Amino acid sequence: MTAYLVRRIGQSVAVVIGVMILTFVLIHMEPGSAARATLGTHATASRIAIFNSTYGLNEPLDRQFVTYLDQVVHGNLGTSYALQQPVSSLIAQRLPRDFLLLGLSTVLALLIALPLGIYQAVRRNGIGDYVYTGIAFTLYSMPDFFFAILLIAVFSVQLQILPPEAPQATTVAGMLADPRALVLPVVTLALISVASYSRYMRSSAIDTLAQDYIRVTRAKGLPERLVLSRHVLRNSLLPVVTLVGLSFPTIVAGAVIAEAVFNYPGMGLLFYQAATSHDFPVLLGSTLVVGVATVIGSLAADLVYAVLDPRVRYGHA
Amino acid sequence: MATRERGAGPGGISPPGDAAATPGQAGDAGAEGTEGAASAGSSLRLIARTFAENRAAVAGLVLIAAITLFCFVGPLLYPTNQVTVQLGIAKLPPSARYPLGTDPSGYNVLGRLMLGGQSSLELGFAVSIATTVLGTLYGALAGLAGGVVDAVMMRVIDTFLAVPALVLLLILVNIFTPNLWVIILLLTFLSWLAIARLVRGEVLTLRTREFVQAARMMGAGRRRIVLRHLVPNAIGVIVVNATFTVADAILTLSALSFLGLGLPPPQADWGGMLSNGLNYLFDGYWWMVYPPAIILIITVVAFNLIGDAIRDSLDVRLQRP
Repeated sequence: MTAYLVRRIGQSVAVVIGVMILTFVLIHMEPGSAARATLGTHATASRIAIFNSTYGLNEPLDRQFVTYLDQVVHGNLGTSYALQQPVSSLIAQRLPRDFLLLGLSTVLALLIALPLGIYQAVRRNGIGDYVYTGIAFTLYSMPDFFFAILLIAVFSVQLQILPPEAPQATTVAGMLADPRALVLPVVTLALISVASYSRYMRSSAIDTLAQDYIRVTRAKGLPERLVLSRHVLRNSLLPVVTLVGLSFPTIVAGAVIAEAVFNYPGMGLLFYQAATSHDFPVLLGSTLVVGVATVIGSLAADLVYAVLDPRVRYGHA
Repeated sequence: MATRERGAGPGGISPPGDAAATPGQAGDAGAEGTEGAASAGSSLRLIARTFAENRAAVAGLVLIAAITLFCFVGPLLYPTNQVTVQLGIAKLPPSARYPLGTDPSGYNVLGRLMLGGQSSLELGFAVSIATTVLGTLYGALAGLAGGVVDAVMMRVIDTFLAVPALVLLLILVNIFTPNLWVIILLLTFLSWLAIARLVRGEVLTLRTREFVQAARMMGAGRRRIVLRHLVPNAIGVIVVNATFTVADAILTLSALSFLGLGLPPPQADWGGMLSNGLNYLFDGYWWMVYPPAIILIITVVAFNLIGDAIRDSLDVRLQRP
């Protein structure tokens, strides 16, 4: 296990460095864009030159990268061109809000998807199964932004029971103080994930239900409720756990759209604004944070695997 | 690609570690489905048979055929002006002359659905084909090479996967001015990862099998083994993924359009029509919203139904006795 862990952490570090190289090369593919985006279209050539030398953008790319790496290792993510604030404090402001949004929506999604998947597996090919499968397919196939705006149209415009904009408070506590405004962004992200989670849970539970040990638990007279909650649920969780771990970047991408629709002041919105204004330090910093989180997410999924399934023993291969 | 995450089945997703050391790969649905099938022919026949029995999948196929005809043959039978802006006939409600009304630029919405569908479908198919070729070859080579080469090739994939595709796309479309071909290239660049990993997993299980070893013993080169033995046996997983990729590409293009980074006018795609139309939803111009929304969702559902049916047909565990 330790040897396995060490190797996985080594791989993770390699991936994080890869992410930095990848984004660094990509965003520097259009030289001069940052200066023009920040200073405006009427900026003179000399002002652009001053901007580029201030931020070291006229240096060779490899030298810029080494400088950047050196900064990052010392905990400095640079300063936003557009907002003139340290990137680390911008991210520190927004990251807790994303934990709130992604955490609540993932928990909600699992609370719906796990029982739903088991129900569908038990009533396989029944009417309920078909109805929920149909709903899941439609949700899954709908553009995220369209779904979000439909929810606004129904709950904010027609029924007028929920505000269309996410809470704009600066702290997580402040956002929690306005729970009604959190409902639509959280529900949007959750329902989108429910579609795929419940689908996986269904196939996984169908597999589990066919196992001999389930027959044994029934034969020894365990009530069906306990069979399902104690044995089927636990044994079917594995693929869903992996899916949740792996779908982290997907959830973040969904969050870009949801944050843009609901004006939720999180990383997604920060990133979107940075991408359109060529704010390099913010782009680099936020992809780095998301990359690290993704790598940790997949590592965590692997470890949870071992806890959930004692048959899994790492390190032999 | 991939606004969403997808694997080849309950056992098909593997944690992003080394497949040989992680358990997710062991029960790979595709590997079991093609058990004993030594050629692509029998595996494809199995897919075709189970597929024909699946009514949802047949419905999906019929829908896609109908929509493709609508988009590509429709404009020949029902030509409309989709190039010049005509503000005099903007935002007209549905009528006999304009069955689905007109949009804010005076384009006939029914005709625009056909034109938009052409871009959406072309993009979906092109990305799917390019992704499949690139991802399959990459995955097969990595799985076959093994050792350091495999490890490096997989870390490259992990790196791409660690950055959300939409985030990379946002960076890329700001660098390259978007047009249909640029977006096809960018989406391909981002969507070959999943299939590469799936194929590599298949190859890792296949390459130890006797028929591959026999071929190698008879002196078959690496290229022959990949193209004649490994790829045909992994065809199920590949086809499933290709189908889902079409759906995902169409959805991703719509997300880009919503963020204002889609195809520039007068070009159109369903997602772009939908996101433009949504600006007018609350003013009662429903005909700019629901027609593109419905045709887009139906198309994506149809592709997903087909992919799902093929996946079921490969998964012997799910088949009725």
